[in-house]
Amino acid sequence: MSENGSTEKIKKVSIIISKGSLEGVYPGLIMANGARMEGIEANIFFTFFGMEAIMKKRMAKIKVATVGNPAMHMPSLVGMLPGMSAFATKMMSKEMDKLDIPPVPEFVEMIHDAGAKLWACRATVDMFHLTIDDFCEQVEDVINVGKFYEISGGGEIIFT
Amino acid sequence: MATETIAGVSVERNEEGFLVNPDDWTEEIAKEIAKELDINELTDLHWKVINFMRESFAEKGQIPTIRGIKNSGGVPTKDLYSLFPNGPAKKAAMIAGLGKPQGCI
Repeated sequence: MSENGSTEKIKKVSIIISKGSLEGVYPGLIMANGARMEGIEANIFFTFFGMEAIMKKRMAKIKVATVGNPAMHMPSLVGMLPGMSAFATKMMSKEMDKLDIPPVPEFVEMIHDAGAKLWACRATVDMFHLTIDDFCEQVEDVINVGKFYEISGGGEIIFT
Repeated sequence: MATETIAGVSVERNEEGFLVNPDDWTEEIAKEIAKELDINELTDLHWKVINFMRESFAEKGQIPTIRGIKNSGGVPTKDLYSLFPNGPAKKAAMIAGLGKPQGCI
């Protein structure tokens, strides 16, 4: 069926989202959503700062990192000015909306409704003194790394 | 690319089965293509999706995304996935006589 790829189809993926910036969160979300669109089973495991994307109080406030990112083509000294990250985030969100890429909370809901499962990392939850109540309702559970591998059995694992 | 007759109409389809010309489409063709995709009966909700996609395409020249079908077409994502299992955007587009969706969303 594919023109360029192998005829062997990917059936299952587990995607780890470990970064809490906008550019850290979206690739994993897009890949998980894209997997479901192709009929591929998808699990997303949120760990460390990636958990911001599923935290009720934080998920609508994910921002682009404007400091220490050479691809922004902005000197770090400029990037650290107040409001710079919010400005860059606004510009990027506008462009993404044109492509129908939803804001994080809507995207998380869509991916969940598409049948992907969302998991939070036990170690991070303990480290930051969080509970399941800190997460949006789409999150299945808080699981440890062993359980993560169990869930991922027979599939590909992608770290972002 | 191959020419074949579906529901009494001669149409061109690409290698993946999408209609080459959306204007060839009829409701009867939709029913036949749906059967090929193991969707044996098109319910009112299926038609809601198909009609929205065709109208949106005619208006904007673009195949609507799953988000567009949800926000503008009024069909929740969960329903879309159960109406067109294992690849809703592609399957719905194929049944609606449109091309293969090219976006990432």
